[in-house]
Amino acid sequence: MSIVFYGIAALTVAGALATVLLKNTVHCALAVAVAFAGLALLFLSLDAQFVGFAQILVYVGAVAILVVFAILLTRGSETPEGGVFSRSWLAGLAVGAGVFAVLGWAVIESARALPLGTAAPVATVHDIGVALVGRYVLPLEIVALLLTAATIGAVIVALHEKERPR
Amino acid sequence: MAQTPISVTLDQIFVLLRDWLVHFLPAALRPFAGVVLGVVAIAAVFPGLFALTTVFERKGLGRMQNRLGPNRVGPFGFFQPIADGIKSLTKEDIVPTNADAVVHFLAPLVLVVAVFMGFAVLPVGRNMVLVDMDAGLLFFFAMGASTELSIFMAGWSSRNKYSILGAMRAIAQMISYEVPLLLSSVTVVMIAGSLSLTKIVEAQNQYTGIFPHWYVFTPWGLASFLMFAIAATAETNRSPFDLPEGESELVSGYFTEYSGFKFALFFLGEYLGMFSISGLGATLFLGGWSAPLSFLGFVPSWIWFFAKVMTAIFIFIWMRGTLPRLRQDQLMNFAWKFVLPFSLLNLMVTALWRFMDGGWLRWVVCSAILLGAYLLMARTGMHRKHFGPRSYRYAE
Repeated sequence: MSIVFYGIAALTVAGALATVLLKNTVHCALAVAVAFAGLALLFLSLDAQFVGFAQILVYVGAVAILVVFAILLTRGSETPEGGVFSRSWLAGLAVGAGVFAVLGWAVIESARALPLGTAAPVATVHDIGVALVGRYVLPLEIVALLLTAATIGAVIVALHEKERPR
Repeated sequence: MAQTPISVTLDQIFVLLRDWLVHFLPAALRPFAGVVLGVVAIAAVFPGLFALTTVFERKGLGRMQNRLGPNRVGPFGFFQPIADGIKSLTKEDIVPTNADAVVHFLAPLVLVVAVFMGFAVLPVGRNMVLVDMDAGLLFFFAMGASTELSIFMAGWSSRNKYSILGAMRAIAQMISYEVPLLLSSVTVVMIAGSLSLTKIVEAQNQYTGIFPHWYVFTPWGLASFLMFAIAATAETNRSPFDLPEGESELVSGYFTEYSGFKFALFFLGEYLGMFSISGLGATLFLGGWSAPLSFLGFVPSWIWFFAKVMTAIFIFIWMRGTLPRLRQDQLMNFAWKFVLPFSLLNLMVTALWRFMDGGWLRWVVCSAILLGAYLLMARTGMHRKHFGPRSYRYAE
């Protein structure tokens, strides 16, 4: 736990808080990009280069852009008049707290399962590559199939409908 | 002590200079000071090249369009960038009333910072790389992907229809061409077996007779290089893919509402993007800092790197002076119906190349597949277009 960790953690939490508290939807999208970048920095500070850069490439480079596109193509980026909080915020709070509790419990339990003072594993890009096409090749292929299906689905949705003679 | 030859000293002159400067400091500060010096060198050299390139571009374009180009400031107009710099520094910085001030201010900064980060992993010479990362290529693309967000920020925060149109065009284009850009780089990773750019250069720094083992001299490498060059041109929004800026239709697109030094920053970001993507192309396919012929090894490695980058820049300028701008549908069709399938096929061919044993057979097989696919796709693609004499619907 160093000063670097606290700095990055503060940045990430600030980005996440801004995402839910800001009024303008595009500002929220930009704030979530900051939170993603903060997470990537956390990965990097743990010497996980591959995960950190993949986080930036996928989340800041693609997901944030996708979010922004979705906002601009649907409701517009104007600030809603009636405030940003929905009427069911209490239920949302309960669900959020539940998810956080489960995740927090899982993290704390997994930390207890490991013997104290275990050295951090060193995973080079090479190791990750070997694991992906070796032991984990089936999950990788399933994800690839899913993504291909999603792509084909997107193409079908975007296709011009041909006018059929009736 | 053996006398080191003068060519080695010249080759390593900047490394030696850095070490000499750093040795004045206490030992604890030395690694840090070395990195700082590297950053300063990058921050000085590439903007300097940018200044030179703007003059060359304007003079070269002028030459191609049968006019003179800038020729008033200094000898042959070479001090033009200084005049431009002073002008952009002293101009009023106008922020539109409706603009989102914070995002409007941040956009050029995010762009320039992200573009500068890319240079950190480029090996500009033997032993001359700022951070020799295990995942250098991935880092480069991660930084390149974050420029898209800054372009969106600029276009959206300006509250101007031209800006938002330009930004949407730019992002759509960059996302479409990022796929073939990554796929064509992956072929190099497959053969070199590493994401580290220094290792990729080392793999190409070998010679058969006098000829180098550059990846561009293999069938899959040539195909990858061409796809990479197309995608890189689109990624940097250069002509013929300059729709996002299209002066005649969008009055320079996403940075319409920027003036003074912020405008200069966008300009700087665009040119730095050109330098870094050319540097990456040279590193992946043209052997980075290695000499083109084995007996030319006495020339310092950094000269070769910058010579390759500047050749690429010249080709960028040449294309800008030659080709007309694409239409949006042509741009998208080209990306998704030609560049992407061809890159995917090339990925397969590279795998084939990797697993066929060396010898002339793999040259024949790989070249035949790629040539056949190219002819088939190009022929059917051109055939479907029904090219003929141009007809005007509203004029005449």
